Amino acid sequence: MSAVVDEHDHHADDHHDHGPAKGLLRWITTTNHKDIGTLYLLFALTMFFVGGAMAMVIRAELFEPGLQFVDPAFFNSMTTMHALVMVFGAVMPAFVGLANWQIPLMIGAADMALPRMNNMSFWMLVAGVLLLASTLFMEGGAPNGGWTLYPPLVLQPITVGKALPFAIFSVHLLGISSIMGAINIIATIFNMRAPSMKMMDMPLFVWTWLITAFLLIAVMPVFAGAVTMLLTDKFFHTSFFNAAGGGDPVLYEHIFWFFGHPEVYIMILPTFGVASTIIPVFARKPLFGYASMVWATASIAFLSFIVWAHHMFTVGMPIAGELYFMYATMIIAVPTGVKVFNWTATMWKGAMTFETPMLFSIAFVVLFTMGGFTGLMMSIAPSDFQYHDTYFIVAHFHYTLVPASVFILMAAGYFWLPKWTGHMYNEKIGQLHFWLSVISVNILFFPQHFLGLAGMPRRIPDYAVQFADWNMISSIGGFIFGASQLLFLYIVIDTIRGGTGEKVTDEVWEDASKHGLEWTLPSPVPYHTWTTPPTSVPTEHVLDLH
Amino acid sequence: MNGIVDKKNLKLARTLLLVAITMFGFGYALVPLYDVLCEWKWIERDRPDDIKKVPETAYKVDINREINIEFMTTLNESTPMEFRAEKKQLKVHPGEYHTVNFYGENKTDKVMLARAIASFSPAVISSYFEKIECFCFSEQTFKPREKKIMPMRFVINPEIPEQYKTITLSYTFFDNTEKSVKK
Repeated sequence: MSAVVDEHDHHADDHHDHGPAKGLLRWITTTNHKDIGTLYLLFALTMFFVGGAMAMVIRAELFEPGLQFVDPAFFNSMTTMHALVMVFGAVMPAFVGLANWQIPLMIGAADMALPRMNNMSFWMLVAGVLLLASTLFMEGGAPNGGWTLYPPLVLQPITVGKALPFAIFSVHLLGISSIMGAINIIATIFNMRAPSMKMMDMPLFVWTWLITAFLLIAVMPVFAGAVTMLLTDKFFHTSFFNAAGGGDPVLYEHIFWFFGHPEVYIMILPTFGVASTIIPVFARKPLFGYASMVWATASIAFLSFIVWAHHMFTVGMPIAGELYFMYATMIIAVPTGVKVFNWTATMWKGAMTFETPMLFSIAFVVLFTMGGFTGLMMSIAPSDFQYHDTYFIVAHFHYTLVPASVFILMAAGYFWLPKWTGHMYNEKIGQLHFWLSVISVNILFFPQHFLGLAGMPRRIPDYAVQFADWNMISSIGGFIFGASQLLFLYIVIDTIRGGTGEKVTDEVWEDASKHGLEWTLPSPVPYHTWTTPPTSVPTEHVLDLH
Repeated sequence: MNGIVDKKNLKLARTLLLVAITMFGFGYALVPLYDVLCEWKWIERDRPDDIKKVPETAYKVDINREINIEFMTTLNESTPMEFRAEKKQLKVHPGEYHTVNFYGENKTDKVMLARAIASFSPAVISSYFEKIECFCFSEQTFKPREKKIMPMRFVINPEIPEQYKTITLSYTFFDNTEKSVKK
């Protein structure tokens, strides 16, 4: 099953192997996929702590009823910016970073297809996020109308401040950056694969990113269009969303969620890909149902385009619309269920070991499923009227993002860092980080289900006293979760600087080379890899096809 | 890297860029598309402002039913007006014609262009509420400090389902001066 891969050709016959340039300029001008991947990942980690600090402000204010620390407008800025920073600054760039590092290694390509564009998309991301962050220091404060930027609220003088045009241009830059990144990934996967690798030989991480890249190209421009309409409505007297001029604010919600729903899958599909990569290694079995995983990913991506209005059941839709979006949404549970069952079946009777990446992946499977179930509850239109805009939805999407996407990003860090750096991370601290995170994340978000069902609205700095107890518990969980992440930061820095001092093997994990090409390269991965493509590729992960 | 792959990459990148630009256009195409789709019979969007002036027809007055109509008046943001209905509510029989006067006053020393936007609750009855005459059909021009009596004449189609006993009709005045002048 496992492939024999030439291990001598990484630096042989590489006539221009000059290694990285020296100094700061290396990082600014680099076109090396590994450097750019590192930049993306470190940037995302930084933004994870920036967005996390905002979440701490939110949880501190909600620790007790009444207004304690911040004024309501700033509180609303925090909820808005926390979402924008986490979505566009942390989760998406982190997955792009993983794609940059891993896709060329996994498909036997020397680099990304368009290396200079790759550099540009990273720096455009930095510019976009800085522009967004600059709004925090503007007169009137950062945008505080919610990350969805709904008109008319977001266009009203009380919420608009001076920040709106900056936030919108920032979205434009982030959009262009993502689209360029997506184009690069598609071109790399289509044109740069090792000749011996067929589409259905590709690791699932590559598959999920290919599909995600198409989603990005399809919906980021629509979002850019929607915010441009906001901009012209505010400053150039158009009336796309202005009722007085014949426009309709509900139209914005439709356009926004036409982008917004695929956007949530942009964050979760690569998560699925990483989980499908890690679980087989530690279960010591091939991935169960490879082909069905590919098709499930593709169907989820397709369905994501036709369910958007389930975010707006209470907007006053006709009954036919409510019913259609309700049933269409429920169908998504089918391919998602296929995936959960496949991960479970992969672990079934496997010779499992529980290193930190595996622990995070198992927690992902369990906790993501819980987030999925609350999603199913809210897909029922009549029930959604009760849950809409309460803490129930907050609990739902945080379950699908934090113990799912973020946990899997952590898992990916633990899984590949030894490969990238050649150093082993400290397993003891890793385990401690995992247990603290998995317990505190549930203390943080589980009570929010109760708060939501009891009717606590989201995006409020103050609340009725009946919600006090669960909010305090949730905040305590939040503080523990926030503090635990400092352990991750420590581990990443420690590993880069030498870790435990234990020399890792090329495979790093037992028999990993059966599961992916990257494990046949030396550890740490040399600056230039696959200058001649591998002659054969591991096929164990497609065992069930043969 | 060899030249053939480079060419393939550029070609694919160009195609994908074109897709991205098309999708940007598609975002804008959603605007007219939205209006078209909302005309579909089974979508039946509640758009009270689309109700065109209808001719006065001789409906059979249903004296056995009485519907209570409540009038609400709101000013958007900081629209500098006074705006109210001459009565808070009115009991009518389906099929009966009535005129209700609304009072509007420009509180500024400048000419003001303002537009009233209607909204019904429950939303579904909007197709039974037929307006013959309404100040909301067009933009209203107020001279400086002008006070206006603005009539709204309507009838409730007797085919309105039994269960509706109270209808709330709300008007919001938007100050359109800046927008309309710039155009």
